[in-house]
Amino acid sequence: MTIAQVFREEHGRAVAVLVRAFGDIDLAEECVQEAFATAVARWPVDGVPAAPAGWIITTARHKALDRLRRESVRDDRQAEALRLAESHSGRDPVPEEGPVLDDRLRLIFTCCHPALAPSARVALTLRLLGGLTTAEIARAFLVPEATMAQRLVRAKGKIKAARIPYRVPHDADLPERLRGVLAVVYLVFNEGYTASGGDSLVRDDLCHEAIRLGRLLVELMPDEPEAVGLLALMLLAAARREARTDGDGRLVPLPSQDRARWDAGLVAEGRDLVRACLRRGRPGPYQIQAAIQAVHTDEPTDWAQVVALYDQLLALAPTPVAALNRAVAVAEVEGPSAALALVEPLPLERLHVYHAVRADLLRRLGRFTEAADAYAAAVACTSNAAEVAFLEARRADVTAVGRRTSSRP
Amino acid sequence: MTRYLLSVYQPSTGERPPPERLARIDADLAEIHADLQAKGSWVFAGGLAGPSTATVVRAQDDEVLLTDGPFLEGKEYLGGLAVVEAEDLDEALGWARRFAEATTLPIEVQPFL
Repeated sequence: MTIAQVFREEHGRAVAVLVRAFGDIDLAEECVQEAFATAVARWPVDGVPAAPAGWIITTARHKALDRLRRESVRDDRQAEALRLAESHSGRDPVPEEGPVLDDRLRLIFTCCHPALAPSARVALTLRLLGGLTTAEIARAFLVPEATMAQRLVRAKGKIKAARIPYRVPHDADLPERLRGVLAVVYLVFNEGYTASGGDSLVRDDLCHEAIRLGRLLVELMPDEPEAVGLLALMLLAAARREARTDGDGRLVPLPSQDRARWDAGLVAEGRDLVRACLRRGRPGPYQIQAAIQAVHTDEPTDWAQVVALYDQLLALAPTPVAALNRAVAVAEVEGPSAALALVEPLPLERLHVYHAVRADLLRRLGRFTEAADAYAAAVACTSNAAEVAFLEARRADVTAVGRRTSSRP
Repeated sequence: MTRYLLSVYQPSTGERPPPERLARIDADLAEIHADLQAKGSWVFAGGLAGPSTATVVRAQDDEVLLTDGPFLEGKEYLGGLAVVEAEDLDEALGWARRFAEATTLPIEVQPFL
């Protein structure tokens, strides 16, 4: 195991344990950072320890205690923190099970607290649980590094001053708070997957990190079917990631994708999870979306089943985007005319996918001029190079066909 | 324990609720105040007279300058406040939620230093 792997896997655990022990996020972050720096110097010489995570946590804890001892000489508050930490550490020699898992869960709920701005929740989760650097998070979300740094400082300041608690919410609040956590993880995934712009390597990282967090939530809260549903949804989408673009980076729509390029392992795991969570009989939006993705991995796609699943989804979470996706499935079952009637009234003029779907339905209805206009509207709504290229090519096609048909006598 | 200020923001324009609705709000607030005291979270709570009753005092050089009216003119004004002791933000937000439900007005929650 390399230090980089240990870092990615164990950073969140180490920070979580130290936040509980010392009650200070900044101190926890800095000491875990220092522990990894020590590892970089020592492990190549001494060899990787048998329990790398335990080594990191112990080293970070010692660094934190040293720092508090030094600072307690001149500061009563630090002395108080030191007393608290020492009373903990006496009976708490780097636990590897139960309580450690709880620490990471506590940290996720703190990072995703609804009193923090949504953008800060995402940034804190990636920083503290994922160990991404401020620069990496800034690049992924296309904001200047100074802006992201300020966002993180402000969020950590609010956690401290307003005393946002470091614990798993009470049962009564848990369903709503868990929905918030799942939303943050899904947002990280989508930012990596649908790529509104930016560096592709960082975007791969975001997808991996979201799936890692999804796995962690399932491991920590195995009785929450929506957590399982979200993981399945991300795995099934990630399975098709490679096949979404061709060798030249052009987008390939689902029906024309080469199924041999799908990741069979991820497809199988995702389908198993969908079956497992739906068996519990507590369906939710993520489970149903995952089920839809699972149907798409069948050959051929059972479109009537997809429409039925979207009906269920809309009953639970009526959003215009879900209605748009349902219309795409309706086009396959009842034809483009029925679908277009469903699409037209949706309030999604700012979404490129809305215009792209409309354009495709108009093209299938032989209304080429209107289709070309709709493709142009779609292009105007996205900055993603692969999507622009795809939409422009489609627009050129319908324009050419339109000219041929209209010049016919 | 941390102290939190819960501020009730009231729109400057719009109609006053009918008397029976106001009586209901008063009864709900009295119940929250009693619960705050029972839980040991009570510090202070009360409603304020309207912004037209406010006076601003400024010390300039050796003189004191008085002006009529509120310091900030806005679409909303501070209609009332509560100061509560709470273990953490979640507990303070729980009280704020009850005030928001009773008054149907937005409540701002802010910790004291």
